[in-house]
Amino acid sequence: MRKVYSKIESISGNVISVSAEGVNYNDLAVVTSSHGESLANVIRMNGNSVSLQVFSGGRGVSTGDEVRFLGHPMQVSFSENLLGRIFTGSGKPRDNGPELTENMIDIGGPSVNPAKRIIPRNMIRTGIPMIDIFNSLVESQKLPIFSVSGEPYNELLSRIAMQAEVDMIILGGMGLKYDDYLSFKETLEEGGAMSRTIFFVHTAADPIVECLLVPDMSLAVAEKFALGGKKVLVLLTDMTNFADAMKEIAITMEQVPSNRGYPGDLYSQLASRYEKAVDFEGAGSITILAVTTMPGDDVTHPVPDNTGYITEGQYYLRNGRIEPFGSLSRLKQMVNGDTREDHRPVMDGMIKLYAAYKESQEKKSMGFRMSDWDEKLLKYGALFESEMMDLSVNIPLEKALDNGWRILAESFTSDETGLRTDLLNKFWPSEKESR
Amino acid sequence: MAKNLGKIVGINGNMVSVETDSQVSLNEVGFILLNEQRLKAEVIRITGKRLELQVFEATSGLSIGNSVEFSGELLTVELGPGLLTQIYDGLQNPLPELAEQCGFFLQRGIYLNALPRNIEWDFTPSAKVGDTVSSAYTLGTVPEGQFKHRVMVPFSYTESYTIKDIKSSGKYTVDTEIAIIEDEKGNKYSVSMMFTWPVKRPITAYAERLKPGAPMVTKTRIVDTFLPVALGGTYCIPGPFGAGKTVLQQVTSKNAEVDIVIIAACGERAGEVVETLKEFPELIDPQTGKSLMERTIIICNTSSMPVAAREASVYTAVTLAEYYRQMGLNVLLLADSTSRWAQAMREMSGRLEEIPGEEAFPAYLESTIASFYERAGLVRLKTGEYGSVTIGGTVSPAGGNFEEPVTQATLKVVGAFHGLSRERSDARKYPAIHPLESWSKYPSVVPVEKVNYARSVLFRGNEVGQMMKVVGEEGTSIEDYLIYLKSDFLDFVYLQQNSFDPIDASVSVDRQNYIFDILLTILGGKFDLSNKAESRKYFNKLRQIFLDYNGAEWQSDDFKKLETELIDLIKVKKSGNLEDAYIFQKV
Repeated sequence: MRKVYSKIESISGNVISVSAEGVNYNDLAVVTSSHGESLANVIRMNGNSVSLQVFSGGRGVSTGDEVRFLGHPMQVSFSENLLGRIFTGSGKPRDNGPELTENMIDIGGPSVNPAKRIIPRNMIRTGIPMIDIFNSLVESQKLPIFSVSGEPYNELLSRIAMQAEVDMIILGGMGLKYDDYLSFKETLEEGGAMSRTIFFVHTAADPIVECLLVPDMSLAVAEKFALGGKKVLVLLTDMTNFADAMKEIAITMEQVPSNRGYPGDLYSQLASRYEKAVDFEGAGSITILAVTTMPGDDVTHPVPDNTGYITEGQYYLRNGRIEPFGSLSRLKQMVNGDTREDHRPVMDGMIKLYAAYKESQEKKSMGFRMSDWDEKLLKYGALFESEMMDLSVNIPLEKALDNGWRILAESFTSDETGLRTDLLNKFWPSEKESR
Repeated sequence: MAKNLGKIVGINGNMVSVETDSQVSLNEVGFILLNEQRLKAEVIRITGKRLELQVFEATSGLSIGNSVEFSGELLTVELGPGLLTQIYDGLQNPLPELAEQCGFFLQRGIYLNALPRNIEWDFTPSAKVGDTVSSAYTLGTVPEGQFKHRVMVPFSYTESYTIKDIKSSGKYTVDTEIAIIEDEKGNKYSVSMMFTWPVKRPITAYAERLKPGAPMVTKTRIVDTFLPVALGGTYCIPGPFGAGKTVLQQVTSKNAEVDIVIIAACGERAGEVVETLKEFPELIDPQTGKSLMERTIIICNTSSMPVAAREASVYTAVTLAEYYRQMGLNVLLLADSTSRWAQAMREMSGRLEEIPGEEAFPAYLESTIASFYERAGLVRLKTGEYGSVTIGGTVSPAGGNFEEPVTQATLKVVGAFHGLSRERSDARKYPAIHPLESWSKYPSVVPVEKVNYARSVLFRGNEVGQMMKVVGEEGTSIEDYLIYLKSDFLDFVYLQQNSFDPIDASVSVDRQNYIFDILLTILGGKFDLSNKAESRKYFNKLRQIFLDYNGAEWQSDDFKKLETELIDLIKVKKSGNLEDAYIFQKV
């Protein structure tokens, strides 16, 4: 029987201190107050004084409340039973299902030995042309979606969850609006993808400490499934809330802030989560897509900035579309060479022409006279935006490439595209095909 | 001997506080005893009986009262034959062996021998009984890949010794005694092929340090010609994310004309290291015809590995570099990225509750960075031979802003600055080194007056370019417009380089000099061009041929054919003789 301590010495924000002995660093404890029970974990020890962060917050905890140490760090249950279920950040059921306690595993485990990693080689198809053609998502990649509040990034995530060619999805929600959580749930239920999905959701109304646990819970479970041979896609939204939660705890703990109040270890903290993306040789893989909202649309804000240094590229979601400029999948060249021979040339060619369209558009808005070439570009740009960039377009890669050729043929003559002759001979649509 | 012991009294992240009655020195290594595990840690502050240690592992599960055993030694690395081709973590644990033992994940508390103890090396003595020796004196050699690895008197043996016994030629493992030496007081010491050295102390067992002069050829045109690096020099590559820092370092690690390359992947993506790991054994070093891996050591402490070990990793790397310098070799150390190392210092400093400096970096940031870069250098060994350590570090400034403390502290101490620009990388102009903002204090492989002339064209062209943004093409005179075209041409065919093209990726010094002269005839030439459209068309044509020319193998038939074509095209429009190629000082 574990000892119960009944004298909390200090309570500051979400952090409490008790005098206790025989406690291990990072261990879990149960705090029982008049408002119910809450988990807490050890974050600092100094002599007999042990500081814990209380998952459900310090509010309502009194100095006379009981603290009972469990003798192990934070754990999560792992089994097939998790599929289709929804949990809170501390692993309690959020749906009406039973609490899962079998086969508990530690969260935040050690990192993968770099010598055991392999070069990524499989593309994950999403049915979204701006991803599949222009910045292919690769198995074991970690990619953030840089966006701003108000953009449909959660809609994008749920579409990817529905369509991506993976074995299972783990969705980690941090600071989600309750409505957003419900729409995720509805979309996946309607689409029939719920049975291969696990939710770990912290909503904006929940205690802030639980927000910190979401990525670790999601990734610990993902890791186990991946080791079992599953291709797992982990969707995290929104990592900026996670960073803000970290900031809040760090300030409460009186840590010296480094940049705009964020703790000095922001980079390491983010990296230890993102670096969980991996392809296990002979087993499954983890791919991470994470929304990072940029406060004030500022990419130099510490959270997107540090994220950019960690991840393998980024998608910019602006005005409801994935921007072709700025968006980058660093791993795309590892997979887009062996999809279809016209994949790379179409990708490059269409982007170059779209860049030219942007210039023409700028000239037009400044009142310059439009040449024939400008007119062609303007037509092309409009087609490109409605048939490629629009997020509602949902077609497989091959169909998207065919559409690309059609758009080119509708806008230009074949020699204006700058594409290689052998490709033009093979793929350029004949008169009848193009509308 | 009784071990010095202590007890944990506080834990905060990866820092533990320990109380001890024993004598402990700063930076001494201690092991935290947790059940069967021993976790490595380093003393970073001493206040009376209370010590602060940074732990090189995750601290989860530690508790107050755990014992700490002090080793009496500073953080050291093993030096000896068998270092090349290895892949180590920041504490010199061989990662492939660790993977064999532990599988996919890095388990804490497992430390393996850095040098394999089972390999027998073919030792040939070069000293004999009765010889007087001192530190770094060569006792014999063993072949290690393409090098003659020198077995030296350990660097910590600073006095004068006499060899009492030395093994004859034969095969020995690294830990076999190969010699016995005796100091003047008659104390005898046993020497094997390996010894240890504390990583945070520079190795100074050479005769004198010299001023770097000879270029370290990277085969990247913009570097060798415009922003050269010298053997034994230092340079830094700051740049925002996505500007191509890591690619530039990978290209350099492949092509640099040095003997040994040490790559310190410090707190960066694991995926990038994997590319090097899997690619290098397959690539052939053009100089030796052997696998590139044979001249490479990788120190890899990626972003998700423990932070304290990240701090140690750059020191581990530079110590290995200094060791090979003692063999008269030219060593290049590439550190990616020094910002992560500085951040590791910041994290520790925060936990120690030190008064923070700018952006919460510790006040000693500058001096620490300076003393790290100062470990580079060209030296004359006691034998009269020369060896060098060149250090190239990337910097990842927050928000891509070079005004931040790490970039500024680095700029103060390096000899060359290769600043990467977001503008250039967005425009796909690679390598994205900004030609006007960057600088170098080292001599170029091309005569300086030629480089200066080209730079002045670039400078003027940039001015005209800025002006044209305001007044438009129409408002620019044809003379100015030509300068603009020339500078754009220079940028396109010389400063930019395709690192994926087999020929263009590495350009020899001879070729750089050769094509630079042709380039100068264009930059300095007077052309019969009277209108802008015609000029642009002409320069586009020149550019196309020059690009093909860059892609042709040096001195091949194709190369010569394209050269003739190029010269013919220049002659068409150029007034005056081709021989009075360029006119200096007059743009």
